[in-house]
Amino acid sequence: MTQNATATESAHGLDGPLEIGGIEFMSRLIVGTGKYADNEVMMEAIRASGTEMVTVAVRRVDLDRSKEEAILHHLDPDEFFLLANTAGCYSAEDAIRYARLARAAGFNEFVKLEVIGDETTLLPDVHATLEAAKTLSDEGFKVMAYTNDDLITALRLEDAGCVAVMPLASPIGSGLGVVNPYFIREIKRRLEVPVIVDAGVGTASDACVTMEQGVDGVLMNTALAAADDPVRMSHAMRHAIVAGRLAFLAGRMPSREIAVPSSPTTGMLD
Amino acid sequence: MSADTIHVRLNGKPREIQPGHTVHSLLESLDLRAGMVVVELNLEILGRDSYAECQVQEGDTIELVHFVGGG
Repeated sequence: MTQNATATESAHGLDGPLEIGGIEFMSRLIVGTGKYADNEVMMEAIRASGTEMVTVAVRRVDLDRSKEEAILHHLDPDEFFLLANTAGCYSAEDAIRYARLARAAGFNEFVKLEVIGDETTLLPDVHATLEAAKTLSDEGFKVMAYTNDDLITALRLEDAGCVAVMPLASPIGSGLGVVNPYFIREIKRRLEVPVIVDAGVGTASDACVTMEQGVDGVLMNTALAAADDPVRMSHAMRHAIVAGRLAFLAGRMPSREIAVPSSPTTGMLD
Repeated sequence: MSADTIHVRLNGKPREIQPGHTVHSLLESLDLRAGMVVVELNLEILGRDSYAECQVQEGDTIELVHFVGGG
């Protein structure tokens, strides 16, 4: 698949696959399907991103049919792994209800667990997230939990059985990039399950910097959907994710606030 | 309550429907494909194989959900 830069990189032995809950993905980019101006652009952007996993939301069917909103009219579940989310839920009980409905659709056991605690910042309610993560993991769900950049919560979510922990880079839809790279690195250092940074990436450099922290992947939606040209931005993000990942694996040179010549200082002419 | 309709709550709104509907026939009357929606009846998720037998009753609360775009 030539569209998938990560797969190309992997073929050259530069990076391995990302494994989440027993499933291997060649792309380290997960994308959302919300907020696109039209579905054709969305599908072109999703394909350009090289992703294999896309998030979808669970909502009531619009019985007035003001528009055709079912995402599966556009998105082929045989082409992309569907990750249903519990976006919009403000309690563990609601998130569990949405997750169960999503699983009943019959695609897979995965859920992107999201329990919001505050309407203004959309920051997660970590207590409710943890409670829902335990219940859903016990019910056989493969929970990928959206959380803040707090190490202790991340550790507890791993203990609760989550197959991936997904700390935010910065608030959902903010495009502020990674506000706390140290905590993201610390979470990655301490957890065994994959760490996917979810929310806050605004542009390609943000995605690259995020991957340079050593995390396993990035989930984004608004950065693509709200770009002036979502398809072009998706290409950029695909490259940025690969670039950041390979830079991390390569190991960067030490940074120092002093110049060091790159050419020999000996052998100069008199 | 008139005898020729029953009252249900469908996706949050009161609705009068013909008596004798199964979940299957209700979905058909709404022009919905069973494979595209998930049905919650009185807070219980219904398996797709029970749509044909499950009768819609007076006072039922029915939620019909599906996947939409989201992040």
